[in-house]
Amino acid sequence: MRNRFNYIMLFAVFAVAASSCKKDNYPPPSSTLSGKIVYKGEAIGVEYNQVPIQIYQYGFGLVAPINTSVAQDGSYSALLFDGDYKFIIPNGQGPFRWRYTSSGAPDSVAISMKGSQTMDMEVTPYYMIRTPQIAVTGGKVTGTFKAEKIITDANAKNIERVNLYINKTQFVSGNADQNIGKAEIAGSAVTDPNNISMTVSIPSIVPTQNYVFARLGIKIAGVEDMILSQVVKLTF
Amino acid sequence: MKKILSITTLIVLLGIAGCKKDEDFLDIPPNAIIPSDVAFSDPALVLSILGDLYTRQLDFSNLKGRPNPESNLGNPNSPDVEAGWRTFADFSESFPSENGSSFLVQRTGWGYNEWRIDWQRSYAYVRELNLFIQRDSASTALSASDKLRFMAEARFLRANFYFDVVKRMGGVPLVTSTLQYDAAKGDASGVQLPRSKESDIYDFVISEAEAIKNQLPNDVNEKSRATKAAALAMEARAALYAGSIAKYGAATPLVALPGGEIGIPVSMSAGYYTKALAAAQEIINGSAGAYQLYKVLPDLSDNFAAIFLDKSSVNQESIFIEDFKAGAGKVQNYTVNNQPYSISDEGGDAGRLDPSLNLVEQFEKLDNTFAPLPTKNASGGLIYYDNQQDIFANRDARLAGTVLLPNGLFKGKRVDIWAGYQLADGSIISSDEAGNLKALPGTTDKVQVVGKDGPINGLEFRTQTGFYIRKWLDPTVGSGRRGRGSDVAFIRYRYAEVLLNAAEAAFELGQKGIAATYMNLVRARAGLTTPLSASDINFDRIVHERRVELAFEGHILFDYKRWRIAHLVWDGTPTTLPDLVANIGKATQRSTQPWGLWPYKIYNPGNSNNGKWIYKEVLPALVTGVNKFQFGNYYSAINDNITSLNPKIVKQPNQ
Repeated sequence: MRNRFNYIMLFAVFAVAASSCKKDNYPPPSSTLSGKIVYKGEAIGVEYNQVPIQIYQYGFGLVAPINTSVAQDGSYSALLFDGDYKFIIPNGQGPFRWRYTSSGAPDSVAISMKGSQTMDMEVTPYYMIRTPQIAVTGGKVTGTFKAEKIITDANAKNIERVNLYINKTQFVSGNADQNIGKAEIAGSAVTDPNNISMTVSIPSIVPTQNYVFARLGIKIAGVEDMILSQVVKLTF
Repeated sequence: MKKILSITTLIVLLGIAGCKKDEDFLDIPPNAIIPSDVAFSDPALVLSILGDLYTRQLDFSNLKGRPNPESNLGNPNSPDVEAGWRTFADFSESFPSENGSSFLVQRTGWGYNEWRIDWQRSYAYVRELNLFIQRDSASTALSASDKLRFMAEARFLRANFYFDVVKRMGGVPLVTSTLQYDAAKGDASGVQLPRSKESDIYDFVISEAEAIKNQLPNDVNEKSRATKAAALAMEARAALYAGSIAKYGAATPLVALPGGEIGIPVSMSAGYYTKALAAAQEIINGSAGAYQLYKVLPDLSDNFAAIFLDKSSVNQESIFIEDFKAGAGKVQNYTVNNQPYSISDEGGDAGRLDPSLNLVEQFEKLDNTFAPLPTKNASGGLIYYDNQQDIFANRDARLAGTVLLPNGLFKGKRVDIWAGYQLADGSIISSDEAGNLKALPGTTDKVQVVGKDGPINGLEFRTQTGFYIRKWLDPTVGSGRRGRGSDVAFIRYRYAEVLLNAAEAAFELGQKGIAATYMNLVRARAGLTTPLSASDINFDRIVHERRVELAFEGHILFDYKRWRIAHLVWDGTPTTLPDLVANIGKATQRSTQPWGLWPYKIYNPGNSNNGKWIYKEVLPALVTGVNKFQFGNYYSAINDNITSLNPKIVKQPNQ
């Protein structure tokens, strides 16, 4: 008798569990919007979690953005429901100029999601880091690159400084906890933008590791976010 | 038969009573609510309404604390309050010695939401001010003079409130009348107003001050209610803010909106500075009452501390205050929270707000030069001091007036701040328990090896920087008890700030001589008797003087914002010791982490240095974060909820 009661209970629990998954649960968002922030097809490297993206979907009452941010290598992704969205990078964010309407306001990009899609966002950076080369020799990391000025019209901006950062993890930037060493040249001291070279010594790392990650970057005067080269892993 | 009669009588009586008109029956004057026409017939009743409006003013820093935005759904009756002491903390001017507040020094920046206003609560307050003004002007029973004064006071509160809002948010919808939502139409577009320009809000504050200044009393002893001087002080500060946003905003073009909701054209700066100087000078020349700097006590440091404690008519420096009264239900806990641990009235409740070395280093020497507190001589050896306070000798008197230094006096007792013994070989004998006893090497008697007030890393409620706060700290007996609290008033506007506002405005207008004159008045009171000449006045001097004179009065954030140097001072890079001791007195000196200065006693029997004091600069161990101020922090974010309820509200730049 007792045994049978247990079976009944077990069966009841199973029945409830089996039926509960169906009715009131919506399927999760399944369409991935991904892509890169690019200039003429070349991805723009930025600092981790510093360049926000806002994706809006209208038509559901109160309007609030889905917030995400651009990854270090310039890529982004968001998991969305199918539907119509608007994509924008808030004004003043990123080491580049976003697209603008004729009146000068930042313009959004309309995106229609029907299944996953890849969409690269074309922007105009103030500068591009061309031919970055980072090498390690004798406990020192040396980086050279060419700074190409892309925006040369009225919106042009000067270089405030250039940096070479190294870190023990793959998150490398000027942020206090994202570098263990850095070299810096002030913008006024950059004599030849076509040949910028910096060297930084690798400090002792605890626990010991035989590799560091490095990036080169340009800080543009009056713009908050730096433009950075792709992360390079250096083994020594 | 008798029964039938009585029943019939009852029915008839009921019937008669029931015939009374419904309106007469239901229309009973409420006895819990005073109708507005009654309320606005008696000056005492109007004053009590106004008293509520005074109490609900918005201060960024306040001894009683401030309600957190959007807590409790904006219900003003149950605000979730941020403790008073913590509204003065942050920005690396102090270290929070309370484990629950360590996040202030462990975060790597501020969210864009930080320092925002609560829109619901704020506009509810504006509406009540507007209602008050409307009802006051409709009142027929009040005397003309009462009516005018009440009206001017409400307009002052409204202007001062908008000033506090514009500091944080930039331009907001300027509502100066009561709006009515048409529920029948179901259309909210009539109450959806766009944001005004930032300059429009400042213009409103300035023009309101000009309009009401002569309707307010001209009385030095009236401090809790608006006076002519309060209106002028508000006008001077607001015009100064607007002028500097116009001038220095040009350096950060990304912190602006095309519609002018954020940012003021640079061409308007001179006009604002002129207004600021004129308004300040109206107070200085005495036309708003005989205000003067507080110079009562012979000891200049005690005198400086007393400005913030003395509420008698002797104090002609404070202009507009939030007053408290012990034993009458309106008290604040600032002293309870910040009193020295060893002198605490309340056991473990003490020592939270510890001024940082970053701030202490700013106080200049009496010869008007900047120098770090000397801990090492030129060859790198330690400097030995006979007395614990010798290191602070010959400094600006405001240092000891603002900061309770090691061995400093409070309530007749001396604070016991020292981090341990240093032995001949340089090793340290200390303890992680304040006031603990240990035997020193070569002896068996146990002696105290660390101060009762710390500093010990991570030991809350004792100092962890080597300093306690003195400004606003109430030496009255019982002020440190939770049950009694303190009734020291919070000074919103005071005469020294008016002088500094005038000095800054004059400096920006190129009148350096006038700037020097005003600044020297404030400096002489602090013992800096060698006057600065006109050529000494520069932007760094202006910034520095405000930082030391107005420390812990709620100015630093908004000053650094309006000068657009916040992102340079709080740049997200850790503060090193060279950062700390170099460039003192420079406006953009990095200050991202609060440092401390720990005293040690030398134990080296037989040596001439035995028993002397040495000092070491220390970054408290709990400080793991850095202050990083981004462009998006210049104006606090507007909640998505607000922008979607009112689509006319444009977003802040960089957000």
